[in-house]
Amino acid sequence: MLFQPAIIALLLAAGIAVLMLAVAAPFAIQVIRRWDIGSGSELQLALERRTYLFSTLLSFVFVVQLAALLLFVFNADRLSAMFVGAMCAVGTLNVNGYGFPSLITQIALFFLAAMWLAINHVDTRAPDYPLVRLKYGLLLLLLPVLVLSFWLELQYFLGLKANVITSCCGSLFSGDAKTIASEASGMAPQPAIFLFYGTLTAAIVSALWHWRSGGRASGTLLAGASAAGFIAAIIGVLSFISLYIYEHPHHHCPFCILKPEYDYQGYWLYVPLFAATAAGLGAGALQAFARVPSLATVVPRVSARLAGLSAAGYILFTALATWFVLTSNLILIEH
Amino acid sequence: MRIWLEKQRHLIDFTLASLARRKTKNIGLLVAYTLLVFVLASLTLFTNALRTEATFVLAGSPEVIVQRMVAGRHDLIPPGYLDKIGRIRGVQKMEGRLWGYYYDPVLNANYTFMARPAEEVASGTIMVGAALARERGLDAHNTISFRSYSGKLFTFEVASVLSPDSELLSADLILLSEEDFRSFFEYPAGHFTDIALSVANPQEVRNIAAKLSSALPDSRPILREEVLRTYQSVFDWREGIVLTVLAGAILAFAILAWEKASGLSAEEKREIGILKAIGWETGDVLRMKLWEGLLISLTAFLLGFIGAYVHVFHFGAAVFEPVLKGWAVLYPRFTLLPAIDGLQVATLFFFTVFPYTAAVLVPIWRAAITDPDAVMR
Repeated sequence: MLFQPAIIALLLAAGIAVLMLAVAAPFAIQVIRRWDIGSGSELQLALERRTYLFSTLLSFVFVVQLAALLLFVFNADRLSAMFVGAMCAVGTLNVNGYGFPSLITQIALFFLAAMWLAINHVDTRAPDYPLVRLKYGLLLLLLPVLVLSFWLELQYFLGLKANVITSCCGSLFSGDAKTIASEASGMAPQPAIFLFYGTLTAAIVSALWHWRSGGRASGTLLAGASAAGFIAAIIGVLSFISLYIYEHPHHHCPFCILKPEYDYQGYWLYVPLFAATAAGLGAGALQAFARVPSLATVVPRVSARLAGLSAAGYILFTALATWFVLTSNLILIEH
Repeated sequence: MRIWLEKQRHLIDFTLASLARRKTKNIGLLVAYTLLVFVLASLTLFTNALRTEATFVLAGSPEVIVQRMVAGRHDLIPPGYLDKIGRIRGVQKMEGRLWGYYYDPVLNANYTFMARPAEEVASGTIMVGAALARERGLDAHNTISFRSYSGKLFTFEVASVLSPDSELLSADLILLSEEDFRSFFEYPAGHFTDIALSVANPQEVRNIAAKLSSALPDSRPILREEVLRTYQSVFDWREGIVLTVLAGAILAFAILAWEKASGLSAEEKREIGILKAIGWETGDVLRMKLWEGLLISLTAFLLGFIGAYVHVFHFGAAVFEPVLKGWAVLYPRFTLLPAIDGLQVATLFFFTVFPYTAAVLVPIWRAAITDPDAVMR
């Protein structure tokens, strides 16, 4: 293992997160079994008080997860100097078989955590905590994901051997390899541009629609459009946006754009994209509870706000991507 | 949105006023917190500056150095070896270098003697590194004598002292002509110490090294990127070790934060009781307490970081120098280039604010659930 401060910090954060969730788990079971808002018993009062602690604790854990994801990628990019053959985060993540699974689990955890935080937020707004059982049930489902993420991260960092010759992004994101990443990278620019702008416009329109008028249908649509928008955005980055940023017709890497050589343009793209997708998914997750009587006013308000955030994020992302393409000197498609 | 912001603003106002009411307690915590950030930030800023310095220094060194090995030990390059390498595509320049170490009993230190072409250093004269010149009291046009390993005495005139800007590399360096070098060390004619290759394309360096080792199995190519990587991991490792040693301090601080946050005075308890009696909810009290933690954290982080910046870049990191810098008789004097790295700041944040917040969450909640009637009775 590399004895490196950022790695120690990441493991510390993930370890404490697992520990906190593990402490919360017995409480979650107790809530699911014994919660009764109508009762005035001593146990119910204690449970009600404890929900404050645990929802704060979990919000903290999940917010830290979001920050840790950024630090993880940032650090992977920086570590590429340590491995033969690595030129960016891809090389570092490829040093052993746990790198990419760890990253993907963390991204999945990011979105799941965002949805949980949205549900938690509306639940604490209602006087009778209608979703408390569901919330803690979901928490019990999230715990294994968090443990898995910690385990993968630990295996990954323990397996970082400096003498491994890893492969660079050029070989992973080339059209010839037989992986999903290369399929996406190998997509011709013109259909990719149509797919990208088509799907993102759909995401922006559905977000704006839900923001203005609310309603369950538009909210559910927004969640679907957000997920599709995220995938289309990643395909867009792989197949044409990165090419324009590098001004190179064959360099498809989605990680090199995070490097200082390219003015950290990747962070400008990914932060709005992830925020917008998380908000969109969060708004979608809330729609299931719009019929709960005590949430009838809370859910539309919160989900409209999330939809606004989502629309702003997608608009910012699309505008930035378009700007990067327009200011590039590369000519990929001849008129 | 406006209402929400307004609410937070008032909460912050109230929190600041309440912090100011309990000055001594909070200042004590703030001082400990700032000190922790200061120590950790000094450490990361200093290692980062050393790392940058190493990168700068190595930027000018040759891409590949070839040494010849005999029985696993570094040996001289015999005549004709350079021709055997022949022309390798991608190599811009190939030159045999002459250098060696000389032990000076006056300073009890080793000097590095290096031969330069006659155009740079005339025979009978030398150029000396700044640290060496300082220790031996040398200046331009002074003369100095060295007793060679064969027992003969050689006298040189100092042509100039090398610029202090290059001191990190040239602290113990003496440059002399090839002719002087060979006669001083009685170096066999036609032999060299090693060979330096310059390669224009960084991606070709590995191929060239592979070709070299297949053409000359007794050679050892040393790549610049490998040297750089070794430096990086040495500094990372040293930083990691010191951090682990300081883990005790972080833990102690977390315990202190827990203690401070849970040891509510009777007055504070009454305050929370009154707030709840006049209509604050548990959530509001929690939010106020979280703001309190955030304000203390950010203030301590900012103060500690600025303190560390001044400590490292204006006072040469006096506290950590011995651990991180290493030592030598002729130690170069160098000033560190101020540089702040985003990753370092983020890591530092994780090491300080994260444990603090994790430690105070439970005590904050305990304070927030206080029943008004229990404390006001």
